[in-house]
Amino acid sequence: MAQLHWDVFCQNTLDNERVAGCFASGRDQTYLQWMLHAWGWTVSVSLTALLLALVFGSIVGILRTLPDNPWLVRFGNAWVELFRNIPLLVQIFLWYFVLPKIITPMKDLPPFVLVVCALGFFTSARIAEQLRSGLQALPRGQRHAGMAVGFSTWQTYRYVLLPMAYRVIMPPLTSESMNIFKNSAVAFAVSIPELTQFYLQAGEETSAQIVIYIGVVILYVISAMAVNRVMKVIERKTRVPGFVAAAGSGGH
Amino acid sequence: MLNLDFSFYRWDLISTYVLKGFYFSVFLTFVATLGGVFFGTLLALMRLSGRKWLDMPAAAYVDGMRSVPLVMVILGFFLLVPFLIGRPIGAEASAVVTFICFEAAYFSEIMRAGIQSIPRGQVFAGQAVGMTYAQNMRLVILPQAFRNMLPVLMTQTIILFQDTSLVYAIGAYDLLKGFETAGKNYGRPEEAYLLAAVVYFVLCVALSSAVRRVHKKIAIIR
Repeated sequence: MAQLHWDVFCQNTLDNERVAGCFASGRDQTYLQWMLHAWGWTVSVSLTALLLALVFGSIVGILRTLPDNPWLVRFGNAWVELFRNIPLLVQIFLWYFVLPKIITPMKDLPPFVLVVCALGFFTSARIAEQLRSGLQALPRGQRHAGMAVGFSTWQTYRYVLLPMAYRVIMPPLTSESMNIFKNSAVAFAVSIPELTQFYLQAGEETSAQIVIYIGVVILYVISAMAVNRVMKVIERKTRVPGFVAAAGSGGH
Repeated sequence: MLNLDFSFYRWDLISTYVLKGFYFSVFLTFVATLGGVFFGTLLALMRLSGRKWLDMPAAAYVDGMRSVPLVMVILGFFLLVPFLIGRPIGAEASAVVTFICFEAAYFSEIMRAGIQSIPRGQVFAGQAVGMTYAQNMRLVILPQAFRNMLPVLMTQTIILFQDTSLVYAIGAYDLLKGFETAGKNYGRPEEAYLLAAVVYFVLCVALSSAVRRVHKKIAIIR
């Protein structure tokens, strides 16, 4: 059985000398510092993409439930089908290679933006689907109540439907937020310096692949658990007594 | 105007590079579904056994697999399997092992929900006519659970088919790799990726409409 060289994290990335305290200063960095830096990339790609996915997922999800607007509904359905039926890796290649070739101004966009778009739009289709089913799961009377007090469609959504729907879909939204961190690993394919890319490069340099692998996996698990905690806190804070508990009891 | 060269899309070119990858993607999806459902059902039975020493390792395995990105799982197996069996292993063989192990975790959650959806009375009925645990599971519970969960299992298989593209990470020759190789060899990578997207899209849309039809059929019978 191979021995695990845990001290690889304390080595300087340039000369593989051991650095006391595992944090080098100045221009030097240890593998631990490199890994934390890569973690920063994973977190920033994931959170930015999550923001994008929430915005577009909400818009498309709402479009798909609009009454008497068949073309907007169709547009929303097409959006979901498009981004759900192409593998994420292929979508990343589309954003990274194909679109800049067709739309030349996109050539100047940094890779970070392109990957965030790919991951964000991919996830937006899933959030749109969840929001649609959340909105449609609400009793019909809710929409009618909004209309009865003279709300416009926008006001009905803003003050009646959406506040309930978002609370109902908190459990699937939680797992989607955790998924986005896992899916961000695919960004390695276009050389974003995130955790998976770090594993590939550092593993090759140091021949301590197993130790680096374990470190990277631990950081992924920590990220997922942190997102889970934050979402659970939001869920608890926004809970409407009596309603969401009943609606959410189906999932887990 | 589009900056794309569509003369790249020729059948002889596709059949030379892409078909081989397509067969592997389909094979991988097929084997991983069968293996995943088999081991997933075993994991689900362990979790529902009510015995801690069976439940805990199964739960740890499932939660562990589900909290690590699939790409990292693929890379991890590619790194670890040669260590464990003591000789190098090809990317394709490693991909098959990885996907069976990984999908077992996801299928086990589906099968667990399916088994739990069967009313308790069915279990008692089996016991009342003197069936053993194995007979009860094989003849009464699992067929019904499987049928209830068929649409979900098929949806998971479509996701699995999309996920097979991630064997890119270890360089296995799948559908995407086939397109990429064709594109690289002819200096048309963008056209190749675009066609790959169209092919995946058409296949997945066709599969999901099949799932919808099965779903309808099952809904009527139940």
